[in-house]
Amino acid sequence: MKFVDEFRQRSQTESLARLIAEAATRDYTFMEVCGGHTSAIHRFGIPSLLPDRVRLLSGPGCPVCVTSADYIDRLIALASLRDVTVALFGDLMRVPGTLLSPAAAVAEGADLRVVLSAHEALQMAQSDPQRKIVFSAVGFETTAPGTAVTVMQADSEGRDNFYVLSAHKLMPPAMEAILKDGTRIDGFICPGHVAVITGASAFDFIPERYGLACVVAGFEPADLLMSVLMLIRQVNSSSPSVETEYSRVVSSKGNQRAQAYLAEVFEPCDAQWRGLGHIALSGLRLRDRYRRFDAGTAFRVSLPESTRASACICGEILRGLRSPPECVLYASQCTPEHPEGACMVSEEGACNSWFKYRHDE
Amino acid sequence: MCLSLPARIISIEGDMGQVSVGGVVFQAGLQMVEGVRVGDYVLLHAGFAIEKMKEEEAMETLRLLKEMEDAINGSDGDEVC
Amino acid sequence: MNEKITLGQGSGGRQAQDLIRDHFASRFGMEGPMTDSALLSAGEGMIAFTTDSFVIDPLFFPGGNIGKLAVCGTVNDLAVSGAEPRFLSAAFIIEEGFEVSELDAIVASMAAEADAAGVMIVTGDTKVVEKGQCDRIFINTAGVGLLPREHMHISSGVSVKEGDRLIISGPPGDHAVAILASRRKLSFDQPLISDCASLNRLTGKILEKPAAVHFMRDLTRGGLAAVLNEFATMISCGLTVNEESVPIAEPVRGLCEILGFDPLTLASEGRMVIVAAPEAADRIVEILRSDPLGRESAVIGEITAERRGRVVLNSSTGGRRFLDMPSGLLLPRIC
Repeated sequence: MKFVDEFRQRSQTESLARLIAEAATRDYTFMEVCGGHTSAIHRFGIPSLLPDRVRLLSGPGCPVCVTSADYIDRLIALASLRDVTVALFGDLMRVPGTLLSPAAAVAEGADLRVVLSAHEALQMAQSDPQRKIVFSAVGFETTAPGTAVTVMQADSEGRDNFYVLSAHKLMPPAMEAILKDGTRIDGFICPGHVAVITGASAFDFIPERYGLACVVAGFEPADLLMSVLMLIRQVNSSSPSVETEYSRVVSSKGNQRAQAYLAEVFEPCDAQWRGLGHIALSGLRLRDRYRRFDAGTAFRVSLPESTRASACICGEILRGLRSPPECVLYASQCTPEHPEGACMVSEEGACNSWFKYRHDE
Repeated sequence: MCLSLPARIISIEGDMGQVSVGGVVFQAGLQMVEGVRVGDYVLLHAGFAIEKMKEEEAMETLRLLKEMEDAINGSDGDEVC
Repeated sequence: MNEKITLGQGSGGRQAQDLIRDHFASRFGMEGPMTDSALLSAGEGMIAFTTDSFVIDPLFFPGGNIGKLAVCGTVNDLAVSGAEPRFLSAAFIIEEGFEVSELDAIVASMAAEADAAGVMIVTGDTKVVEKGQCDRIFINTAGVGLLPREHMHISSGVSVKEGDRLIISGPPGDHAVAILASRRKLSFDQPLISDCASLNRLTGKILEKPAAVHFMRDLTRGGLAAVLNEFATMISCGLTVNEESVPIAEPVRGLCEILGFDPLTLASEGRMVIVAAPEAADRIVEILRSDPLGRESAVIGEITAERRGRVVLNSSTGGRRFLDMPSGLLLPRIC
């Protein structure tokens, strides 16, 4: 068992496609809220296996896409300080800030370096004690525990040249915000890797309060199709609940060790989401005990005025109200090379995935 | 960056382990997973093992998928007969 | 704000194409398709002429070094144009303080590779710059090859027809992954070495019947995806690729999974695609497979009349999607 190829068999996807076609007796719209799902759906050509009646929309689950321009500006300002290096995930490099993207800032001389983990950023701090390393902490419940573990390690080492600029976010509050503001969906393909940490029960409020179907899904083609079939069956039988397709790694209660690390280091705070605006208690900030690692308070930087007005409809795309080709900028002023909105930037963004895999379809 | 992948543990030293993803060896923090051993599969995300993969559950999902395939192919067979 | 060059513009993807089109080709009066080599009349015959610069980091990698690469890269640009590579120039920009022993090792493998490929390095240039003004050593090579008139159709693809088969000479991406792994100090269960190799022996064998070979191109930056998209645009045809027939080395697949890369966008330095008449495709694969460099070659798709200018990928799980031109930040200094 390697947990990958076993779920990529053509015999599975073909059978599931037929079962879905048989089960789909009306129109259905489901939203995936994890960027990993968006990119897997497009990469495996899942839409081409679904009947026209079943529509998939991409929600706000790409952490890169929802990171605000203000945050990007702050990263660039920090990386422009003489003794500071910003360590960030590669996906953030081309996210537009107010004036520049991190990639363009590197060309201007800012010191931003790509890392694969928080731990790698801490290693940079260990190997160069003269330099101040700021780790750009983005991502949802899946990623934040890794930051927490790393901060605790830096703390126990007594490290004084390692900092974190947190834009960590919480998924359930964002899903609830979307539902409150109105969207037209029948159910959620719930984010499997968020659920590994939070447990599937974190989504119980959705069927309970909003009467929508939920399936916690894995990321292989058979997982995705199976989850769509489970959602259709929930809708058909008018029995919304939270089911877990991704049971090989998701439990009802989640990873309690990871939750304990999170709770030790972080506390919920209000957060700004690109496209969705301000959402109460949807972000994570360092608790007082670890505040000395907070790059936001440790460094004073001045930021450019954010005055940009744009015709970008990222916000509506993230809410599932419109799809990328409905935006006037899509594929003209906004392309993966010159992204205007954040959804075009990340491999996991809705617009980027449309452009790469379905453009002019 | 949302990528999380099944990885096989090939060695463990304290809180850190070496894991293999399709033959590529990475470092992984093991702080979040309890009682893992060499040979176990974990879910690797941004340099950390965030959960142990459950083989029995995976087999169960595969069994369900197989049942569906058989049901579909079986119903074809019935039509032919 | 003044526009500045970014790394993305050197990556071989869409931004690199834009840079060449908007800033070079128009000013130099270069018209027509961007082929690997320029084809020029010289008296009675034809020659192919090309140049390439090498800035790879690290200088030494599993399966080669910057010197071997500098020979292979230029030999391959000539070979896939249908030419018989003959003469190379070699120019070096060296940083003050560079180890002479490393220089000697690099030059020795250039000589060995030139010898193996049957080309002569006949002229060159050397510049040394102050410490910090370049990174250790950069190499430029230019090459000239003889082009038989019956091979002239190959680099522009004018004979390509609907129904032609698409062949790959081996698994793509080994070079990029070997480089990435040595940069990030990653290790593998099973060793992976760069595919860096001269392809002229292979092209020579399959061009024994030149009429059946309609197009060739080596896979460099941007990988298979870039080559196929450039080709689809240049010929204004559609292409269908069957994902499951593209051979991919296991470590390449593993690293792509973890970094979120598509192996079809990763660079090779010793692989090529060949477009061939359908009736000749199996024979060409047989010839390729009889050579160690082409052991894993395979037919991976065909030319269609639908969706002109686009590449459609049939995914191994039965789904269908476009294989787009790679864009944005690929890997800098991969060759």
